[in-house]
Amino acid sequence: MAIAQQQTSPQAAQGSSDGSWHGIVLQTLKRNEISLVPYVPDRVLTPLIKSLHADPFFTTFATAREEEAVGIVSGAWMGGRRGAVLMQTSGFATLANVLASLAVPYQIPLIMFVSERGTLGEFNYGQSLVCRTMRPVLDSLALEHHTITRLDELEFIADRSIKQAVTTQAPVALILNPLLTGGKTFDK
Amino acid sequence: MSSKMDNRNTKVMNRFDVTSRLIARLKHEEAVIGGIGNTNFDLWAAGHRPQNFYMLGSMGLAFPIALGVALAQPDRRVFALEGDGSLLMQLGALSTIATLKPKNLIMIVMDNGIYQITGAQPTPAASVADIVAIATGSGLANSAWAADEEDFERLIDAAMAATEPHLIAVRIDDKPGVGATRRDPVQIRERFMHGLGVREPL
Repeated sequence: MAIAQQQTSPQAAQGSSDGSWHGIVLQTLKRNEISLVPYVPDRVLTPLIKSLHADPFFTTFATAREEEAVGIVSGAWMGGRRGAVLMQTSGFATLANVLASLAVPYQIPLIMFVSERGTLGEFNYGQSLVCRTMRPVLDSLALEHHTITRLDELEFIADRSIKQAVTTQAPVALILNPLLTGGKTFDK
Repeated sequence: MSSKMDNRNTKVMNRFDVTSRLIARLKHEEAVIGGIGNTNFDLWAAGHRPQNFYMLGSMGLAFPIALGVALAQPDRRVFALEGDGSLLMQLGALSTIATLKPKNLIMIVMDNGIYQITGAQPTPAASVADIVAIATGSGLANSAWAADEEDFERLIDAAMAATEPHLIAVRIDDKPGVGATRRDPVQIRERFMHGLGVREPL
């Protein structure tokens, strides 16, 4: 949160070239013409959300539920506009139905960024439990997913995964691990 | 409250009839998203159009999907047909739409107060809640009950000429859908994209 609070809007808009994880995500979205980014917020995602709001290229807004955001980017894809959804681990846990009944059977390249809570210093037992449901759900539908832990691998994984999702018309989950983002800890 | 609901000055109409009346008024390749179950069955039965999208699951997402289409194609009118039970699953979407104010989105709620397709059980809202009051309270100022078929057509025409999202609620009977959508999700999605001019067939 300290990082987010330090950033004013103009700085956030440049946030792209500062080499931060969120700057790299923003630039990768832009390069792949992903302009619609609904989200359910998460503390760790805050600097990314701020810089998306500060950049007029993006239409970004909060939704009440993660599956609502999935519906929105699915409709947008069919209408010719690319989107991605931002969420937290617990939000992903609400998506099994919409993944299995919309994104997968209709072959929609749903691009998800999941801020990973529940591991590497989690302080909330419920978060650590819900985190354990995420990869089994992804694997049960044979969905592509990557856990990103290193800054130097972020751009490659995100850029290639987005392109693969679009060309193979299949969803992908990019899991942003605390090793990449710093995560959320009890003393913050 | 329930006695007040029973005294509403709205005619009980029929989903297939109302859907057919809507489709008959579409002259500009408007997109139509049909919600899960009877709602899209009657959309299918009213006559397939390339700009129709039929949901085979993801209950409650007709309005969010339509919002996505509306944001992608701001120059095309986008309709969403949703059942009351489905809408109850995703009431937060009404506020999202009210905040974004897409000028080309028109939402229609088919309200029979029951989960017709699962055995006609009453919804939890059936005798206590008012869909239009919920929509208005969610920030959608242009929300109205259709008094009868003629009023429905009038509301559709007004919504199509407007520059803000509209919600039209219709009290309907307990009849099942007239047809049954072909359950081929890939073909439904692909043909919808052709209908919206996003792709050409192979």
